[in-house]
Amino acid sequence: MKLELRGITKTFGSFVANDAIDLVVEPGEIHSLLGENGAGKSTLMNVLYGLYRPDGGEIVIDGAAVSFSDPGDAMAAGIGMVHQHFMLVPVFTVAENMVLGHEPTRGGLLDLGAARTLVREISARFGFDLDPDALVENLPVGAQQRVEIIKALSRSAEVLVLDEPTAVLTPQETDELMAIMRQLRDEGTSIVFITHKLREVKAVSDRITVIRRGTVVGQADPSADQADLAGLMVGRQVSLAQDKAEATLGEIALQVTDLQVTDAAGIRTLDGVSFEVRHGEVLAIAGVQGNGQTELSEALLGLQETVHGSARLESRELVGRSTKQVLDAGVGFVPEDRTHDALVPDFTVAENLVLDQHDRAPFGTALAMSPKAVRENAEKLIPEFDVRTESAVSAVSTLSGGNQQKVVMARALNRELALLIASQPTRGVDVGSIEFLHRRLLDERDKGTPVVIVSTELDEVVQLADRIAVMYRGAILGIVPGDEDRDVLGLMMAGYTAEAAREAVAAGARTTDSQLADEGEIV
Amino acid sequence: MSTAVADPGSTGSAPGVGSGSTGTPPPPEEQAEARFAQMLQKIARGDLLVVVMSFVFAFLVGSVLIIIADEEVRETLGYFFDRPSDALTAIWQSVTQAYGAMFRGAVFDGPGFSRIVEDLRAAGGSGTYVLFPALATGLRPLTETLTVATPLIIAAAGMAVSFRAGLFNIGGTGQLIVGAMAAGYIGFTWDLPIVVHLLIALLGGLLAGAVWGGIAGFLKARFGANEVISTIMLNWIATYLLFFALKTAAFTGANQSQPTSPSVSDSAILPSLLGSGFRLHAGLFLAAGAAVVLWWLMSRSTLGFQFRAVGSNSRAAQVAGISPSRTAFLVMAVAGALVGLAGAVHVLGTEKRLTEGVAGSIGFDAITVALLGRSGPVGIVLAGLLFAALSTGGRFMETNQGVPLDLVQVIQVLVVLFIAAPPLVRTLIGLRRVDHPGAGARVLRAQRATSGATQSSSAGTQTEADPATDPSAIPSAEVAAQDPGAPPPAAGSPSGAATDAATDADDPTDAKGDER
Repeated sequence: MKLELRGITKTFGSFVANDAIDLVVEPGEIHSLLGENGAGKSTLMNVLYGLYRPDGGEIVIDGAAVSFSDPGDAMAAGIGMVHQHFMLVPVFTVAENMVLGHEPTRGGLLDLGAARTLVREISARFGFDLDPDALVENLPVGAQQRVEIIKALSRSAEVLVLDEPTAVLTPQETDELMAIMRQLRDEGTSIVFITHKLREVKAVSDRITVIRRGTVVGQADPSADQADLAGLMVGRQVSLAQDKAEATLGEIALQVTDLQVTDAAGIRTLDGVSFEVRHGEVLAIAGVQGNGQTELSEALLGLQETVHGSARLESRELVGRSTKQVLDAGVGFVPEDRTHDALVPDFTVAENLVLDQHDRAPFGTALAMSPKAVRENAEKLIPEFDVRTESAVSAVSTLSGGNQQKVVMARALNRELALLIASQPTRGVDVGSIEFLHRRLLDERDKGTPVVIVSTELDEVVQLADRIAVMYRGAILGIVPGDEDRDVLGLMMAGYTAEAAREAVAAGARTTDSQLADEGEIV
Repeated sequence: MSTAVADPGSTGSAPGVGSGSTGTPPPPEEQAEARFAQMLQKIARGDLLVVVMSFVFAFLVGSVLIIIADEEVRETLGYFFDRPSDALTAIWQSVTQAYGAMFRGAVFDGPGFSRIVEDLRAAGGSGTYVLFPALATGLRPLTETLTVATPLIIAAAGMAVSFRAGLFNIGGTGQLIVGAMAAGYIGFTWDLPIVVHLLIALLGGLLAGAVWGGIAGFLKARFGANEVISTIMLNWIATYLLFFALKTAAFTGANQSQPTSPSVSDSAILPSLLGSGFRLHAGLFLAAGAAVVLWWLMSRSTLGFQFRAVGSNSRAAQVAGISPSRTAFLVMAVAGALVGLAGAVHVLGTEKRLTEGVAGSIGFDAITVALLGRSGPVGIVLAGLLFAALSTGGRFMETNQGVPLDLVQVIQVLVVLFIAAPPLVRTLIGLRRVDHPGAGARVLRAQRATSGATQSSSAGTQTEADPATDPSAIPSAEVAAQDPGAPPPAAGSPSGAATDAATDADDPTDAKGDER
């Protein structure tokens, strides 16, 4: 099936999300759609999938123009989509999830036998290794993604759209996914692969289309130079590496000893974590999302209910204190999820910039706020952090994700800190701003502040860390130097101890990434 | 004003099923509650146009009901096809007379005014001798409206505090009753000097309301009890507490057969503003004061900042060191205090004694007024006046035109219904506006996009687009310029690190809860 998008235009109010985009997906190719956050990739795919109606242009399948009014139409036409956030029912089995929405029936009753057979069939054909009777909630993320893919394939999708599929995967799981993608392609399924990760694009694509600010800015072969691709994506040359001065280590500032967190269900989500951070040092906490990093940072901030163990900042115990007391002790905090944990959507940018300082001088007293100080603070920080906003009094919800993140970072860095804890400090920020924010984090380190960075992005970890602690299932598997081999880190994120990972790498376990690097394909 | 609120649940939180035991999104009830609070805020801070048009539509529907209720109209409709003009005339008259009577009963009694003028002129009067008595009659409905509006505005200010903080306080009735009971009790039993007595009685009502609201706040803060349920139950407790109190000697005084209290002693009565012929009293100033307090509290005070922060995103507030449970308690106490004050003003100014029905429907009407006034001080004053006018006018309409008062209540409810469904109103007025929270930012980006879109998008342009000549590059290039330490782009050994550091897709179109 040959899929063509011709001149697709989609506007929201006066904002043009897609501006006359042309895209041709040949049968049996992996076509990567590369672009920054907010470039319009997802909008384009939502148009293709019938979730949005285009304001202009047409969708052409095998030479005939089609029009989709809802995802059902798109599916019927052979288009399948795997969303970044899975659309699965956790308490259903794999087979039940697969047939959800088009359940096979026999005599008016649900025929799950047929569903199971279908799962086994597809699973065997592509080596998915899925048990049709397993509950989805018990499956690891990679397997859940395969359930999504099976779901699409079971409706005989000939074009499969994968929306940022690797965001939730370990490097090893990513490799597995890429193998599946290649196999699907060889069987004749076309794949549209949406991502902003250059190395993945280079590893798996047959063709690359780069989108920036709603328009196609160019096409490339996978052989294209990585820096060129980055430049095309961002619209200017970017420096992909941050040069970092040697850390000048001081005294131990934060000493965490046997920290434990138990959640409401009685499950221990943080299991005896110990580490220390020195003045002038960046300790990165690496790991796949959901392995206890959130609990760790929240436990330090007094945001977790049941915490045992100790976390001493200088001589003060942080465990057992309220969030306000921890903040008052000079801890700056960047939560991992800005929309949920960091920003008050209807508050102005200025108000959000003082959210954790609002009752302290100069922004306010216990009784009243000082609007003037709040405004002046915003007028200082907005240009300093290059926050793109109409004004200081615009609601923060009108900002793009990257600019919202800059607001959160600006707030955390806007005072003398005794400790900085930053989770996913550059999530959703464009490449240019990442440079700047990384610089600010390193500056903070160079001022002597102990810095804890929690990141699921290996690149970010390697960029910033002086030491790296890898978390897995609520525990720290090991603390390794900041220049540790990426493959070792990748294996540790999958549950290897540092020694086991090093041995495996020495014995030749490589990820696609490092193989490509060896071949000189990527840097 | 941005009416839409980004849904915190829609972005960032880990995929619902994907993240294993940790990092999962908040439990469903918490999300539902957050969504509920946001919906509430959306209603409370809705579009002005929607509010106005809701009124227009409610009155239109009311007209239909008036027409149906009118016997003459029904009669003329029977021979509509023979003489349509009869029916149309009857319809027109019925509606205009009904709404005319409503205006006359609520704002200015034109006929009463002219009648007095004529009478006095006939008796040989002129000048102010005629004008003042005539105005006294003509404006009496307005003073009546102001009297009714007084407790409504104060109570609505209290409601607005809780709404702005994302708490749906349904407990107006209960808080009002305990406020009235405390103020009334102090008013008719204690014996204090003239000004002191009034102040103490008002303060008593205020504190009683604060305690009553505070109970609901405490239950929420300490045990997570839903404030909707607890305030409704507290309403009943207060209601029956009042019934019970009015059976005890402490409240009924000597005459225990009647469930009414003695009159509040003169030293505790809010002074009348226009003399004994009118009910309007000094509580009006307290209503104005309540609006000012609401403004200061929500826009200038530290506490109000915390209230609003918790109301809009309690999780972010918590992470920033604001305790949501402490805030919930304070919100309910402050809201209860204002509503309790309303009860005190009602008893000390208008009713002057306690009866079983002393609270009337003020507690619930205050919810409507607060929603109608978009929880802002000016809006609440206007909405309070409007609401009071509807009820005083409606009462006059009933006696004067025979249109049942229930109709007015239907109109009041319709207004709220329309306000709760902005898309419906927008559709009705032919304004299908796309509501996008990020619209502003998008416009900027769109402008940049068009300036950067000059590059060819045809398939042949292999990575040709030259970033250096791209006009859109200028703004971000400044960032690099601030950073002399960064290596020149092409040189060095860029690792590609920065380019993929971001994890979640922030495409504006799906990152923020789209709602159209």
